[in-house]
Amino acid sequence: MIILEKRANPSQVWAFATPVLAVVLTMIVGGILFAALGKNPFVTIRTIFLDPLFSEFAWFYRPQLMIKGAPLVLIAIGLSFGFRAGVWNIGAEGQYIMGAIFGAAVGLALYPMELRLIFPAMVITGAFGGFLWAMIPGLLRVKFGTNEILVSLMLVYVAEQLLASMALGAMRNPDGMGFPGSRNLAQYASATSWINESAGMHWGVVTAFIAVIFAYVTLARHMFGFQVRLAGQSPRAAAFAGVNPQRLVLICLGVSGALAGMAGLFEVAGPAGQISIDFNVGYGFTAIIVAFLGRLHPVGILLAGGLMALTYIGGEIAQSNLGLPGAAIQLLQGMLLFFLLAVDVLTNYRIRIGGTA
Amino acid sequence: MTIKSILAAAIVAAGAATGAYADAHQTKVGFVYVGPIGDGGWTYEHDKGRLAVEAEFGDAVETVYVESVPEGPDAERVMTQMALQGADLIFTTSFGYMDPTINVAAKFPDVKFEHATGFKQAENVATYSARFYEGRAVQGHIAGNMTESNIIGYIGSFPIPEVIRGINSAYLHAREVNPDVEFKIVWAYTWFDPAKEAEAATVLIEQGADVILQHTDSTAPQAAAQAAGNVVTFGQASDMAEFGPFPRVSSIIDDWAPYYIARTKAVMDGTWTSGNTWDGIGAGMVGIGEISDAVPADVKASAEALRDSLSDGSYHAFTGPVNKQDGSVWLADGETADDGTLAGMNFYVEGITGDIPQ
Repeated sequence: MIILEKRANPSQVWAFATPVLAVVLTMIVGGILFAALGKNPFVTIRTIFLDPLFSEFAWFYRPQLMIKGAPLVLIAIGLSFGFRAGVWNIGAEGQYIMGAIFGAAVGLALYPMELRLIFPAMVITGAFGGFLWAMIPGLLRVKFGTNEILVSLMLVYVAEQLLASMALGAMRNPDGMGFPGSRNLAQYASATSWINESAGMHWGVVTAFIAVIFAYVTLARHMFGFQVRLAGQSPRAAAFAGVNPQRLVLICLGVSGALAGMAGLFEVAGPAGQISIDFNVGYGFTAIIVAFLGRLHPVGILLAGGLMALTYIGGEIAQSNLGLPGAAIQLLQGMLLFFLLAVDVLTNYRIRIGGTA
Repeated sequence: MTIKSILAAAIVAAGAATGAYADAHQTKVGFVYVGPIGDGGWTYEHDKGRLAVEAEFGDAVETVYVESVPEGPDAERVMTQMALQGADLIFTTSFGYMDPTINVAAKFPDVKFEHATGFKQAENVATYSARFYEGRAVQGHIAGNMTESNIIGYIGSFPIPEVIRGINSAYLHAREVNPDVEFKIVWAYTWFDPAKEAEAATVLIEQGADVILQHTDSTAPQAAAQAAGNVVTFGQASDMAEFGPFPRVSSIIDDWAPYYIARTKAVMDGTWTSGNTWDGIGAGMVGIGEISDAVPADVKASAEALRDSLSDGSYHAFTGPVNKQDGSVWLADGETADDGTLAGMNFYVEGITGDIPQ
């Protein structure tokens, strides 16, 4: 008989081992799945996880990893504060869209003026846009006790409608022959977030790295970091320690909203280039997986963001080189979170076989 | 190093690499799809075109594809990757791939690109599309005859010229046979999302529509109409015959196979040149699916006559007199629309209520 026995303290070893174990299990089960689809499992796994890094064309894929990973890491870092403190912002996708709309509005309004200040102004308004959108669920929770999970999620769909309206109306490119979509900000020197396109460097990548360091220091050394951790582990203790829970909710949502907004702005002014109807591709949702896969730890999130980007890019290579269906890749990504949550049991419980309680 | 020099080096490397392990005679053709190949509509038909290329040329070609590629930076990466892996010809099959196609094509001057439904061309980028509005004329004709509530529901995808052309064409030909007909238009803002499409269909049916036309790619509206019981639909992009003979009474079928085969052949022969292809029923790029027996025989006959007149060019789907929605004259009596106006069409014709989303 198998018995799960609760550990007195969560296992430190397993806390670090479970993400690795989840990746290994995903590879194994994914390999079985690929074999069932008639593909060589070893070649497929190698294509997805190693080819972007070490193949003949890795010089092209490595910069792409940064482009794909940067928004994931930036958003996930913001989410991790709230998730540690028990504040569940599920609507980062909407905040990402609002950041892009707000920031792009500044750039488009000033087109074609060339001024060094334009891009910094766009970053600030982008962050403000995301912040503002996150404040809606924040204030509603603080004032009326609404559930921020539902409100933030619903606001994603509102933001999507607003995005479509912007692409078709106010922000439509006047020289675009009546087609939806704004001017291309990536081709506007004062507004682009690109630093070096062929190296995959844009300001979003730089900001993601800064955010990782900043989050690490905050959590390890700063009073706010302590409050976040305390509120998550023991709300009662936090209250006794003088943590203002309402302020904590607002700060957590505000930080995650602002970072998601910035991620949206960096994307719209660089890789995406323009406000279009389907500008958002789900970074805000995928970042939730990244945050948990990275154990809500800044360095972990950096690694998890890289891994997630790897599965996207490797997945595309596997599709076009091996003829793997697109859904198989999505399945693989879903499996990653599933196995992580499943093996997480080992962090808090120990398995006993055949013993008595 | 500049982008150009890196890419130049890469192209040389790619060329050397493909030469090393691929059959020198094998032509590699890539396809970038916006939906899954199993969508039963748009992407499904493009993939049938791909399979037709394989069947036609056998071992002389290798085809590759990536499905469900979002329109944006991801598309650019997928195209670059295909070019790097030695593709000679790449078909990018959605409107939103326009700028990514142009960007990638500029970096790979030796690779030929074909962009569906767009308007930007280059030395190595051709565009192609089908005159779906001809098929819409036949649909409108049948719809106008079939409706009893005189309310026809229309599920639009994105308010771009291609979709607006279809609405106008369907409306003009529905009104021709039924002056009381009214169009209710819902914008889904997606090409493929079964849940959203089903919802749109249900809303339209609740508002009294007993015919649903769709410009989205899934079969969800067909299923919604089937559940409602008395609502007529038309297959979109693909025949969707599994919903016939009712609710699906006919369909517009995209047939890309002849074009894909011809363009692949041109690349193999070294005769490929850029250009813009816009073919309709006559050239076989647009097919009208079997009109089922749920349609009265006289309506079926007149619809087929309309199809044939569009096919042999004796009739143009936009023939005056036609006014714009605001009442101003667009086409004088007997005048036909020019391709330039049709390509950028952003207005409704007189009689359609509501505004194009701005």
